[in-house]
Amino acid sequence: MLKRSPNQKRASWRSPALRGRLYQLLAIGLIAAAVWFLAHNTLRNMALRGIQSGFDFLSDPAGFDIGESLFPFDSGQPYWQAFLIGLSNTLRVALLGIVLTTLLGTLLGVGRFSRNALVRGVCYAYVEVFRNIPVLLQLLMWYLLFAQGLPAASEAWTLGPLFLSKGGLSFPIPVWSGAGLVFDFPVKGEFAIEHGGSLTPEFLALLLGLTFYTAAFVAEVVRSGLQSVDRGQREAAVALGLSPRQSMRLVLLPQALRVIIPPLTNQFLNLTKNSSLAVAIGYPDVVSIANTALNQTGRAVECIAIVMAVYLCTSLATAALMHRYNRRAAIKER
Amino acid sequence: MPSESSPTTSTFQPIAPRPAPRQPGGLLRWLRVNLFGDWLTGLMTLILGCALLYGATLFFSWAVLRAVWQPNFEACRVDGAGACWGVIAEKYRLILFGRYPFETQWRPLLATSLLLALLVASCTRAFWHAWLALLWAVVLAVFFTLMHGNVLGLCLVETDRWGGLPLTLLLASLSMALAFPIALAVALGRRSSLPAIRTFCTLYVELIRGVPLISVLFMASFMFPLFMPEGFTLDVLIRVLLGITLFAAAYMAEVIRGGLQAMPQGQMEAAATLGLSWWQTQRLVVLPQALARVVPSLMNNFISTFKDTSLVTIVSLYELTGAMSLALNSDADWRPFMLEGTLFIALIYFVFCFALSRYSLWVEQQVNHGTPR
Amino acid sequence: MTPPIIQFDQLNKWYGDSFHVLRDIDLSVTPGERIVICGPSGSGKSTLIRCINRLEAHQQGHLWVDGVELTDDARVIDDVRKKVGMVFQQFNLFPHLTVLENLTLSPIWVGKLPKKEAEEKAMVQLERVRIAEQAGKYPLQLSGGQQQRVAIARALCLKPKIMLFDEPTSALDPEMIKEVLDVMTELAGEGITMLCVTHEMGFAKAVADRVIFMDQGQIVEQNNPHDFFNHPQHPRSQDFLSKILGH
Repeated sequence: MLKRSPNQKRASWRSPALRGRLYQLLAIGLIAAAVWFLAHNTLRNMALRGIQSGFDFLSDPAGFDIGESLFPFDSGQPYWQAFLIGLSNTLRVALLGIVLTTLLGTLLGVGRFSRNALVRGVCYAYVEVFRNIPVLLQLLMWYLLFAQGLPAASEAWTLGPLFLSKGGLSFPIPVWSGAGLVFDFPVKGEFAIEHGGSLTPEFLALLLGLTFYTAAFVAEVVRSGLQSVDRGQREAAVALGLSPRQSMRLVLLPQALRVIIPPLTNQFLNLTKNSSLAVAIGYPDVVSIANTALNQTGRAVECIAIVMAVYLCTSLATAALMHRYNRRAAIKER
Repeated sequence: MPSESSPTTSTFQPIAPRPAPRQPGGLLRWLRVNLFGDWLTGLMTLILGCALLYGATLFFSWAVLRAVWQPNFEACRVDGAGACWGVIAEKYRLILFGRYPFETQWRPLLATSLLLALLVASCTRAFWHAWLALLWAVVLAVFFTLMHGNVLGLCLVETDRWGGLPLTLLLASLSMALAFPIALAVALGRRSSLPAIRTFCTLYVELIRGVPLISVLFMASFMFPLFMPEGFTLDVLIRVLLGITLFAAAYMAEVIRGGLQAMPQGQMEAAATLGLSWWQTQRLVVLPQALARVVPSLMNNFISTFKDTSLVTIVSLYELTGAMSLALNSDADWRPFMLEGTLFIALIYFVFCFALSRYSLWVEQQVNHGTPR
Repeated sequence: MTPPIIQFDQLNKWYGDSFHVLRDIDLSVTPGERIVICGPSGSGKSTLIRCINRLEAHQQGHLWVDGVELTDDARVIDDVRKKVGMVFQQFNLFPHLTVLENLTLSPIWVGKLPKKEAEEKAMVQLERVRIAEQAGKYPLQLSGGQQQRVAIARALCLKPKIMLFDEPTSALDPEMIKEVLDVMTELAGEGITMLCVTHEMGFAKAVADRVIFMDQGQIVEQNNPHDFFNHPQHPRSQDFLSKILGH
């Protein structure tokens, strides 16, 4: 006769549920203790050094000028406006960079499958060279090229209505005037190019540096996405008489896109984060402005927190957008 | 339809395999097929070929033919002179070793060589044993002793004078070594069934991955001193090292977590039926397989970290990039030749990273031997 | 006597430098002939038919398809591919396109037909394989047997003179094999030249004009189905048949 064990819920030391709860309590306790320790020290140190805390400094006048911005700014305006301008500068270079790098990277990735050995070789060499040199170094090189290689404004290179010189790239922009929408053309003045819109050499160096660096990684993402498409798909396309270009465009790329989107999103985020290196070449993005503000007000925690918040929001927004796009583009199955 | 009843059977003779015939034409045929297969390919070859040749001749003329090799900045400034490689000859010690005192630069040289030897050794199969960790500890201790000094008759050299290549290598390898156990713990924590631990690990990883390294370095540089209790100062090198370590650990944790997720459920079930505890399962069954699978991605992490060390320039530690800027910016005679300096260290980075990525491919092949095709 | 529509002359192929996969193949196929090729795995059967539409390239010997010799010339290859339809073991339907779009892809982009006309012709083929009601679905929404029938319809949209089948039922669950074989049998009755690599001996007996047995890259034996299955001559054929028909 089998002995039945009593149906009690005894809290045993061996019960995994109890131990789990114990571990959690321990973990929470440790983390709470650590946070308290750090916070306590921080407050004491800040009191000792006379550093004030709080975000109230944001409404104080900034006291510095910003090299370039889409909106007018002078040193009398408050810090929060300066931060906003920094944000706009970051987004400006990030969005344009994302578009350009996708174009260039896709061309390079597809080029690895070209029938022309020279094209294949160039694409391979590009990826290896640009991937293995740090992005900061590449940005510095571009900046040096612009600073040393371009002529002075009085001898600017012209291409139609465009001017390229040490002052940057000048181009005609549409302006709202009395007669409606007209174009304001740049004109070579005595010391600088006047009128028209312009992109500073810092912006150009940052944009081109980020684009060319990230394009190498985008090319690899596109290439491995294309390689991951089942070999039979290519054979079926070829057996139906499609040319290599047609089969790439109609059969391989559409299917590869699904594999490419997640790592591609990652590269977009990397480009956005790498734009923070603008501080090294003097482009006033949000990190650069935060750095100036930090040095002026001493509010290290607040300024760094603002910077981190900005990038976190951008990361989350981009990830969410791509997630939605991925959902819509998914292959329908049973 | 009438079939062709060819009497194959009666005439069947088995044919022995023969080696393949050699391709006629050789190089010329390869050129024709790969570069001039059809008119569009041929056109692209011509355009691209001409552009490349033009660019290559320009570069060659600047970098080699018209270049100045002696450390003579007067000769470099002559109109029409090409690249000034003399700047390297003049400044290479400053670039490679930073602000380390000139006479004692044999110490960073020796320390760097030891560290390089250690890294190469870690990559070779013969050294993949448990005592490798001990070897790392020993070599790193020797490294610090040599660089810091203050013992055995070596004079003291403060950490803020360390710079150049030794600093780059130190930051990259030490941060990876420290980040690994942290990443392992966080990866396991993220898969834990205990919500508090899981949340904490997830928050850490997502927070760090969402922000640029520069902000983490700023945080390390400006905020860590605030976190310390009174009287406790944190060396700038330690601060930066902590920043890079925390940053690298978050990315490594994701890589390891990917490897853990790819583990088939059946492995855990088999281990459970054998009576292994959770810790034993992780140690004996899960981790050996998962880690072997993610070694190539970990190598990529190392290459990224190696490149990321260049950012510490921005928080005033003069590793390779910073040392070069410092060396050339502070000397008005040589300042115009920063492009050559930049190319020089770009070459150093390229050599290291390219070698690492080749090695990573080799490791991937080694690991894949065990997987069925 | 009608000239052969496919002619192999001392064809040899190697994979790499050392694997001699097709050895001195001589084969003639008359127009409208239906051939089943069988043999153990690794015997080169799939490689043989893949040479016909240049999915594989031979290194020695000659191959004529519909009077034209197959060489490296891209134009020749394109022309030949328009006359030869292929059905794969793994179906290889394009999962990102609907069934109808799968069929009209080649007529529109290669045949340069206007979209409406291509769709009408595609619907005719879909009705032929009795799957017209699935025209708007995506391939992964269909069963294996349905997908393979779509694949056959897709190949037929080219109006090929020759149809190649590379183990068309090997990837299907047993209950779906019959529906595909029925379609192939109907096709066989319409006069198109068919070369089929398959293990389905019932199909071979019912439909084939000639059965070719291959082993280790060579044609060992070829005969009409009745004589081949009942009186295999060569010990290798006898051995192979005993293995397949045994269970």
